[in-house]
Amino acid sequence: MSGLEVHLPVLQVLIPLLAAPLCFLIRKESLVRFFAIGVTFACFAIATHLLGQVLDGPVIVYEFGGWARPIGIEYRVDILNAFVLVVVSGMAAVVFSAGIGQARRSIPEGREYLFYAAALLCLTGLLGVTITGDVFNVFVFLEISSLSSYILIALGQSRRALMAAFSYLIMGTIGATFLLIGIGLMYQMTGTLNMVDMAERLKDVSDTRTILVALAFVVVGISTKLAVFPLHQWLPNAYSFAPPLVSAFLASTATKVAYYLLIRFCFGIFGIAFVFEQVGIDVVLLPLSIAAMFIGSIAAIYQTDFKRLLAYSSIAQIGYMTLGLSLATQAGVSAGLIHVFNHALMKGALFMVAACVAWRMGGTKIEAMKGLGQRMPWTMAAMVVAGLALVGVPGTVGFVSKWALVMAALEKGSLLIPFLIMASSMLALVYVWRLVEVVYFEAPDTEIEAKEAPLRLLIPTWILAGASIYFGIFSSFAVDVAKRAATQLFAAGS
Amino acid sequence: MDTQTTILLSVLILPIVGAVGVVVLGRWPNLRDSWTVGIGISTFVNVCRLIGPVMDGARPAYALPNWMPGLGLGFEVEPLGLLFALVASGLWILTSLYGFGYMRGHQEVNQTRFFTCFAVAIAAALGIAFAGDLVTLFLFYEILTFSTFPLVTHAGTEAAMRAGRVYLGILVSTSVLFLLLAILWTASLSETLRFTPGGILDGKISGASAGLLLLLFAYGVGKAALMPFHRWLPAAMVAPTPVSALLHAVAVVKAGVFTVLKISIYVFGIDFLSADGLSDILMLIAATTILVASIRALFLDNLKARLAYSTISQLAYIVLGAALATSAAAMGAGLHILMHALGKITLFFVAGAVYVVAHKTEVSQLDGLGRRMPFTFGAYFIASLSIIGLPPLGGAWSKWFLVTGAFDAGQPWMAVVFMVSSLLSIGYLMPVVVRAFFRPLPEGEDDGIREAPLLMLLPICATALACIGIFFYADGVYRLLAPVMGLGG
Repeated sequence: MSGLEVHLPVLQVLIPLLAAPLCFLIRKESLVRFFAIGVTFACFAIATHLLGQVLDGPVIVYEFGGWARPIGIEYRVDILNAFVLVVVSGMAAVVFSAGIGQARRSIPEGREYLFYAAALLCLTGLLGVTITGDVFNVFVFLEISSLSSYILIALGQSRRALMAAFSYLIMGTIGATFLLIGIGLMYQMTGTLNMVDMAERLKDVSDTRTILVALAFVVVGISTKLAVFPLHQWLPNAYSFAPPLVSAFLASTATKVAYYLLIRFCFGIFGIAFVFEQVGIDVVLLPLSIAAMFIGSIAAIYQTDFKRLLAYSSIAQIGYMTLGLSLATQAGVSAGLIHVFNHALMKGALFMVAACVAWRMGGTKIEAMKGLGQRMPWTMAAMVVAGLALVGVPGTVGFVSKWALVMAALEKGSLLIPFLIMASSMLALVYVWRLVEVVYFEAPDTEIEAKEAPLRLLIPTWILAGASIYFGIFSSFAVDVAKRAATQLFAAGS
Repeated sequence: MDTQTTILLSVLILPIVGAVGVVVLGRWPNLRDSWTVGIGISTFVNVCRLIGPVMDGARPAYALPNWMPGLGLGFEVEPLGLLFALVASGLWILTSLYGFGYMRGHQEVNQTRFFTCFAVAIAAALGIAFAGDLVTLFLFYEILTFSTFPLVTHAGTEAAMRAGRVYLGILVSTSVLFLLLAILWTASLSETLRFTPGGILDGKISGASAGLLLLLFAYGVGKAALMPFHRWLPAAMVAPTPVSALLHAVAVVKAGVFTVLKISIYVFGIDFLSADGLSDILMLIAATTILVASIRALFLDNLKARLAYSTISQLAYIVLGAALATSAAAMGAGLHILMHALGKITLFFVAGAVYVVAHKTEVSQLDGLGRRMPFTFGAYFIASLSIIGLPPLGGAWSKWFLVTGAFDAGQPWMAVVFMVSSLLSIGYLMPVVVRAFFRPLPEGEDDGIREAPLLMLLPICATALACIGIFFYADGVYRLLAPVMGLGG
């Protein structure tokens, strides 16, 4: 490996981390924007390169300062987190190119550089959580990403954004504290913070009550961040009042990283034998996932705001992911991971559509979207494509997810779970179709002056919408990688 | 890539090219409509070019690589699919001609959107016809549903939207809840989802689970309109008549029963189906649907609604043919796809012509119209006889094989069902003829009612004549299908 290539794991986090303060030096909005876009693309390039490396070779271990564990902190890149890194940095690149800082009426003119700094810090945190091999590092990076996302959300144009950010802050802090308590207990019992060592030593102490409590704290803490039903209360407000592109960014990255963490802790650290056979966490998680699928979708049907609808739909989609996890099989975990990728694409596209609508209309009330099909044909066509993907129509990524998830459930010998998955996707059809009807088949109440969204927004929207079809037809990339990630995870855990 | 594969792909792509062309040429109606016909004819000709090789035993195929690991998207031409493709693409031309007459005569708006969706729907129907595996079939099945939604709700009124929701709701929910589940279940049992002669499930599943799987498939194909999931079909009759004609007598509903037939032959396999009374429940459901729908049709005054229920009953013939699971019954079912399509499309054409010319929609309003529109109602008479199943009309052959098949399967009661249903169909089809020809025109009726415009009359006469012609040339169709049905060619 060449000199620079060795350091890619640390550069993955270091580049956005250093770029954030640099924004203060550059200051000028247009320059900062291109700088930030450049940074996200660099991150994406590194992530894809790392993924390529781990797909071909062994797990990459990066030791800070050359100190081997347990003395030094290490970054560990396996297929699982390389995959998540690609999703997070890729989505960041797309959303940043749409001009994440150009939110009308949100950010005082001349202060946009602060916004970009916060967004880059948020990205740093998310990438850091994903790449690190040290549980305390996880907590630190999680806080970095959370604190910066509170800022981003609070900048939403309505005053209610402040309240939404505040309640997210409360919930997020509780979640993080729980995680920290859990980590503390684990440290107390094992004397290490390194994930690999910890997994090794936990085996000896897994029958203690302390570890049981640690598991409870960790799982509840992460579940709060992940918005697992019924810990989802913060999500609808946060997503619907944040600036539109921030919602697009967070919806397609933040929850994905939290999901990754849950997988890492359950399968990589505590171990499948302890979590599922000894404690039986699936007894709780499975019903909650199914409840999320239904309650999230039903709530989405009754929303009057487009972004809020998407937020509730996210809760349901997270239900699919945790359902895959709670099956506790390789097929289940890989189905969940496939959905991480696919959901990032389609929900990212839909939030981008919301951003287009907000840009032209000033808001995202569904009522006000009547007849937009004629005014913003390309935007709305993207909404239909991504919406159908959400329903799981064949030829889209949603179908691939559903296929994998149902096959995983069938493998467990259950017909009921597949049926429930199908039934909940019918609910998705109801709320997606409601939008389609409003947009295409209803005449606008008043003459609206909206026209097609600017290309700056439209192109990223269509990149995501196009990807939801492309990867729905040529799905082997996501499916292969997710399968291999799950295989590697299970091989290491056993 | 050999010639046959090229033809196969061209058949799949041409209607899409057609759809794009319709959008582009939307501003010039004459050019747009000629384009549609041109594309229709070239598609049909290309489908016809596949007949020879397929009869010689060739199975042109094309697989799209790189889908999910272990699963491919692919196409394969086999006799049954070819028959369906012939029916769909051939009748598309006639319906287009008829559609121009209807839409212009009726001064409908959004004609470009209409003909675009029409072309996409045909593309989807052809995709279903040539699908090489269950997933591909499902993909095109859903495209067909969504592309026909704008056609069904063409009027844009509140009633049309409501009907559209019923249409979409039933078709999509059955397909996702049952059909997709059944496909996935099959995938977990068998390593392949390709349509394989003799089936892929034999020995992999048995007893009650097999019965459940069959029911999931049968009800999953909501387009086959088995009761109690038939409500979408009458609801969809709010659509303009050309839509009702092509989509709800040919493309959509035939896609449904074709899928059922294809699944019984290529997924379950006739031998497996007939073993252990696996399909008994399906048989009962189909028989009930036949009878109940026929009786319901007797009491409906709206002509299109009556024809819709007649369609439900006739579709169940095909499902019953598949469920009987004998070679003769399956042959009857295959033939009936063609025969019923020819007959029913004529009937819908007539209903539309009467609506455009005389603005009449109810059976009770048709008194005396036969004398003003002799060709139209003459065609109606011929097509009715074919639906009833009398020689010398095409419908006689399919009914012959279905009844023979019922006896072969040791189910004489099912033969009785076919017979009773024929009597019922006389009951709901013939009153129209009687009223039109033998009752006087009511006092004070508008004298302006004349024969339908030529663009509409030509397709009407063409399909009616085809009903007669096919009686004499059914042998060709029989030879085409025989290898699939396990009958010696």
